[in-house]
Amino acid sequence: MRFSGWRILKEGLTGNSGWTPQWRDPEPKEAYDIVIIGGGGHGLSTAYYLAREHGLRNVAVLEKGWIGGGNVGRNTTIVRANYGLPGNSEFYSHSLKLWEGLEQELNYNVMFSQRGVINLYHSDGQRDAFVRRGNAMVNQGDDAILLDRAALRRKLPYLDFDTARFPVLGGLYHPRGGTARHDAVAWGYARGADSRGVDLIQNCEVTGIDIDAGRVTGVQTSRGAIRAGKVGIVVAGRSSQVAAMAGLRLPIESHVLQAFVTEGLKPVIDQVVTFGMGHFYISQSDKGGLVFGGDLDGYASYAQRGNLPLVEHVMEAGMALMPMIGKARVLRSWGGIMDMSPDGSPVIDRTGIEGLYLNCGWCYGGFKAVPASGHCFAHLLATDRPHAAAAGFRLDRFRSGEGIMDEEATGAQHNLH
Amino acid sequence: MRIAGKGLLDRSKPVAFRFDGVRYEGLEGDTLASALLANGVRLMGRSFKYHRPRGVLSAGSEEPNALVTIGRGADRIPNTRATVQEIFSGLDAVSQNRWPSLAVDLLGLNDLAAPFLGAGFYYKTFMWPAAFWEKLYEPAIRRAAGLGALSGQADGDVYDRAYAFCDLLVIGAGPAGLMAALVAGRAGADVILADEDARMGGRLLSETGAVGEEAGVSWAGEVLAELESLPNVRLMRRTTVVGPYDQGTFGALERLGHHLPHRGGGPLECFWRIVARRSILAAGALERPIAFRDNDRPGIMTAGAVRSYLNRWGVSPGRAVTVFGNNDDAHRTARDLVDAGVHVAGLIDSRHDAPQSDLFPVYRGAQVCGSAGRRGLENITIRSIAGEDRLQTDCLAVSGGWNPSLHLTCHMNTRPHWREDIAAFVPAPGAVPGLSAAGACNGTFSTAGCLREGAAAARAALEDLGRTAPPVVVPEAEDDPYRITPLWAVAGRGRAWLDFQNDVTVKDVKQAAAENFRSVEHMKRYTTQGMATDQGKSSNVAALAVLADVTGRSIPETGATGFRPPYSPVAIAALGAGGSGKGFAPERQTTSHAASLDRGAPMIEAGLWYRPSFFPAPGEKTWRQSCDREVRMVREAVGICDVSTLGKIDIQGPDAARLLDFVYTNGFGSLQVGRVRYGLMLREDGYVMDDGTTARLADQQYLMTTTTAAAGDVMRHLEFVTQGLHPDWDVRLISVTEQWAQFAVAGPWARALLNGLLDAPLADGDWPFMACGEVSVMGVAGRLFRISFSGEHAYELAVPARYGEALFRELVARAEGLGGGPYGMEALNVLRIEKGLITHAEIDGRTTAFDLGLGRMLSSKKDFIGKTLAQRPGLLAADRQRLVGLKPVGAVKLITAGAHLFAAEAEPLRANDQGWVSSTAFSPTLGHQIALGFLSRGPERLGEVVKMVDHLRGVETLCEVVAPVFFDPEGGRARG
Amino acid sequence: MRISCPLCGPRDRREFYYRGAAVALQRPAADAGEDAWQAYVFLRDNPAGVTRDLWYHAQGCGAWLVVTRDTASHEILATELAAEVAS
Repeated sequence: MRFSGWRILKEGLTGNSGWTPQWRDPEPKEAYDIVIIGGGGHGLSTAYYLAREHGLRNVAVLEKGWIGGGNVGRNTTIVRANYGLPGNSEFYSHSLKLWEGLEQELNYNVMFSQRGVINLYHSDGQRDAFVRRGNAMVNQGDDAILLDRAALRRKLPYLDFDTARFPVLGGLYHPRGGTARHDAVAWGYARGADSRGVDLIQNCEVTGIDIDAGRVTGVQTSRGAIRAGKVGIVVAGRSSQVAAMAGLRLPIESHVLQAFVTEGLKPVIDQVVTFGMGHFYISQSDKGGLVFGGDLDGYASYAQRGNLPLVEHVMEAGMALMPMIGKARVLRSWGGIMDMSPDGSPVIDRTGIEGLYLNCGWCYGGFKAVPASGHCFAHLLATDRPHAAAAGFRLDRFRSGEGIMDEEATGAQHNLH
Repeated sequence: MRIAGKGLLDRSKPVAFRFDGVRYEGLEGDTLASALLANGVRLMGRSFKYHRPRGVLSAGSEEPNALVTIGRGADRIPNTRATVQEIFSGLDAVSQNRWPSLAVDLLGLNDLAAPFLGAGFYYKTFMWPAAFWEKLYEPAIRRAAGLGALSGQADGDVYDRAYAFCDLLVIGAGPAGLMAALVAGRAGADVILADEDARMGGRLLSETGAVGEEAGVSWAGEVLAELESLPNVRLMRRTTVVGPYDQGTFGALERLGHHLPHRGGGPLECFWRIVARRSILAAGALERPIAFRDNDRPGIMTAGAVRSYLNRWGVSPGRAVTVFGNNDDAHRTARDLVDAGVHVAGLIDSRHDAPQSDLFPVYRGAQVCGSAGRRGLENITIRSIAGEDRLQTDCLAVSGGWNPSLHLTCHMNTRPHWREDIAAFVPAPGAVPGLSAAGACNGTFSTAGCLREGAAAARAALEDLGRTAPPVVVPEAEDDPYRITPLWAVAGRGRAWLDFQNDVTVKDVKQAAAENFRSVEHMKRYTTQGMATDQGKSSNVAALAVLADVTGRSIPETGATGFRPPYSPVAIAALGAGGSGKGFAPERQTTSHAASLDRGAPMIEAGLWYRPSFFPAPGEKTWRQSCDREVRMVREAVGICDVSTLGKIDIQGPDAARLLDFVYTNGFGSLQVGRVRYGLMLREDGYVMDDGTTARLADQQYLMTTTTAAAGDVMRHLEFVTQGLHPDWDVRLISVTEQWAQFAVAGPWARALLNGLLDAPLADGDWPFMACGEVSVMGVAGRLFRISFSGEHAYELAVPARYGEALFRELVARAEGLGGGPYGMEALNVLRIEKGLITHAEIDGRTTAFDLGLGRMLSSKKDFIGKTLAQRPGLLAADRQRLVGLKPVGAVKLITAGAHLFAAEAEPLRANDQGWVSSTAFSPTLGHQIALGFLSRGPERLGEVVKMVDHLRGVETLCEVVAPVFFDPEGGRARG
Repeated sequence: MRISCPLCGPRDRREFYYRGAAVALQRPAADAGEDAWQAYVFLRDNPAGVTRDLWYHAQGCGAWLVVTRDTASHEILATELAAEVAS
């Protein structure tokens, strides 16, 4: 079914009785050419691009719970391409371009809103670091504008410019960045993959990976064995556990990242704003809730929930930056499990096992990567060659030291990125 | 309308307030909701999507409909539940999400378009043309969405945060909570009893039943009086426990000022972190409505809320009340109303075996299938075997049963259990470590059951705490069985609301299922069911039941929606109390802070420290003029700079040298007493962590200095090495950063200045470059280090911090006598760039010793932190971007930090990117701009002209690649 | 979250700095080879369950602790001084 305003009109006039499932719930087949483990944003987009770009339709996505139930359904919905280092630059640039045509391509309104992202700076040193990053963005062909204090004050008059502990001196403005409706991204890709013949299999937990003579042959699941020519692991948050089924030990430590939404409010924050002196980023959803977050809680965790010290720290940062949000009430907080890698950048690569591919290590930046991650992972799965935009995401970069992409420059301590 | 003889309020205490500009009168103890109902006001809000007129649904914090804004000025508070807001003299409440008025809301037109605005409609349209989303569709949606509005002004209210500790936290002061607190309190345990209500007693305040020999409310009063008298019990009223966290920590919000006309500077709210060894959840239960066509009109509310308004506040929400229920508890509402003299037009009970009554007509086996009334309920339609009947009524009290308030037990992601007999979820045992549930929140609905469970939970907690429970008699009370036959939604045409605030109807849930959003999480997200400000407290279970029904599964098979903290919404200002303004981070000041301010120095942040940027002299108009003068002053005379912010770590013990040898890349074993050495520190992954000098003060005593930024990191690192890797080494560390004030005395006249100040002049030859030792400064024992960060003949003089300010003033005065003076961060930066000395602009966490030209400092004779991984091929690759100097050679003379470097003819694209500029300055010494940067194969390209491009600042400059030391490359000035 | 420091008693998580898996205590010899160093600095078992990790009582006594903890429930099972574990 093609979605459109006309369809809504027609259905509305006929009692909304004609809507059909947006994807099927097929029984798993005995074998597929490619099995994708993980029905999150990245897994679904991988399946979609396998079918669309490479004509590979004998594909299954195996999801332990419900599709879109992982981090694609619990994040702060920010989309941006404001990275500074080669390897990341070209990848996120590629992703942003895919975002820009996504709704029309998927025929699904994921509400990608290019509201602009502003990173605030509070010292000359921080300004220069942002300039370095902004220049990398422009070199890459993306957009970056340096705002001085006066220009920033016009855009964000509600910031505490005058009494803040760390004065706001300006910002790095990325107009093409913005937000998207996170669940819709998962659903749009799911619908697109399903309509091209991909089997999305929910409530199907992978319990083992079958390997014969160094080559993957299939997976064991809670719904029986499934043979596969190739298997892609795309389970950020659980990467270590699934990879361990194939005997792999990953450079990943799992951490919880909390996020928050307030009660609905009339429009008050137009852009995505991030604080340079404390981990804090905020935007306002179309429904009116302020959506915001901060740093990791900072200890390895799979609990999908955090603790008060971080909660309070995020709120302090909010009050420090924009004290006009004080009366907004936090409605809900949640925690997602992040695959933290040693340099804060992801892995899209082959493994030492033939036919087994890995997509992991997205840290807290996976949402904006959904289109390009799937696009590039599909390319790797289909062709056995890395996509040019993701060629830097090698698993062996820590061993060789070549192409380390440490944007935060905090070194090989997983929780610091 | 107020009912004579009913309620717990003092009729002699009227309170005047305003709602939408109209003056009303209520009574002290009223909520805004009860006072408005007493005044006959039913319309209090508009729904989110269809802007339907709404009145109160509940009498508590779960209220989805009656959300108002309190106040009109900068500190107005949006989205306040009228059911929680206590009235006070001068209260000014305003309705929200309507235009132009609550009664006439033009966005009510949305309701007419409802067939086209069903579940998820917005995912299917607004896509063409693409650019219209940001320009047209989204702005319109955003304007229509949202509830109340923030003022846009900084929050000027006072908030607080505090810690509390106890043996037992009891959450909720109804019958179960009071009983638990009484048992634990009498046992001598430290008890905190917290309740969200202004008045403790819970459901006892809303019911007429007896406890023991007296009215329940009297019993509650006596228990509270006893608890008040116990020094080990703390009662926290207006305090909502919002979430459990690990190891017995709970977050709780105390509302201190929302009910006061004048707060006298006191806080509006206090956010508590309560640490409890054990806890009892006694949060009661919330009544749920039943979905039927147009079940959302003002005047339709839960049956328990009607009892609350009647029995606690003395208000009948209607003149001709009807009751609709599927359980025995609904009948209690009708009885109480009749007892109070209110006309009950009928009780509609969906059960064929419902009890009869001679007080009011009972429609057994019947259902309410519709309602009418423009801005409030006027009549309902009843469907039974006999057909459909219409009944005039202005208030319908609905009871679909009760949901235990188990929210806190879901916050740690444990799913509750379904109990068929009460058609409700109950907490999973052990869901929160140390917490047990008692009473209605545990599915025990009779008053007697609540009292028994409260006592039992307290006894169990006391046993865990190693205390003996005192003998406490649990009083007699109503012990009726809870009889219910589930009814979630009445079949029929039209829209039947589940989630009132978000306008989610039964049809929406069915459509979601038809589109294969069959997982409860999918349904929730697709329809927005349960995503409103009440987190679906009154609607989630019914929506789940509808989904179960339409998908042919049982409720437990379908799942259970979770709840997330906070239990009820908490203001950002309370959670972040103290964070605004200067409160966000500590302020660290050096001993020369006041003296620097005296001289008009603008202070800049350096981490948590403040340091002077420059010291303006008379006539100087720009920072550059001051900076240039200060640089020349140091090069030509003598300058004084406070360098106390650098980290200082005192390291002592027989193995101190081993430690230094292990954390620095270069050797320290050969460092003599009285000498200083520059050291480079790596992280274990082979990148540079920090640099600094270390002085050997005595045979087994060293003083390490770190950069300002890395002082804490280095201290922690040394502790890790000594405790975690080499606990066998006999070495001790302590940070002495704040114990010593330290000043650079730099310039050709540095020695002359010091010789006038020190009690013993520096003998020629005794103080070569990199010497250190003890000195006496005007009778004060100090330390002197012959080190230089400016390239000049320089010293750093340290005295105990209490002498810092006096010494700084003295040094500056003497420097001025020699043609010098103080210099700030700007000049310090220029001086070090002229000398090619690195700071954290260069040690940026991604650079290696090789990149910095310090590869020779990596000793091959010993192991040290970072040694092995620094040898990785990628960290030694010839094409790495490595430190160089840059100077402008073309028409454009400006070099900017953060610019990227390209071959002179190359396009400024990523593929051609060869490096970047890390630090830049105008050198008054050389008369042109200079810079440090990193360039691929840089040291091999000295003399080459490259192009610097700063897109953001619009600068493009041709630069010659030069060695990074611009001034006095031989270092003769520092050594001489 | 609260951690019992063996020296200071139960303290709020705010007082502690987290470093990661306690594998950091087992530093390989400089010449132990690439695999050993890979495993030491980058690779992690990362269990969803009981783990041992390193915490530093930064705003307390300055002790490094080995905390035995369940990453799924946040239950803390034991705390020891790193100096005692390492020696």
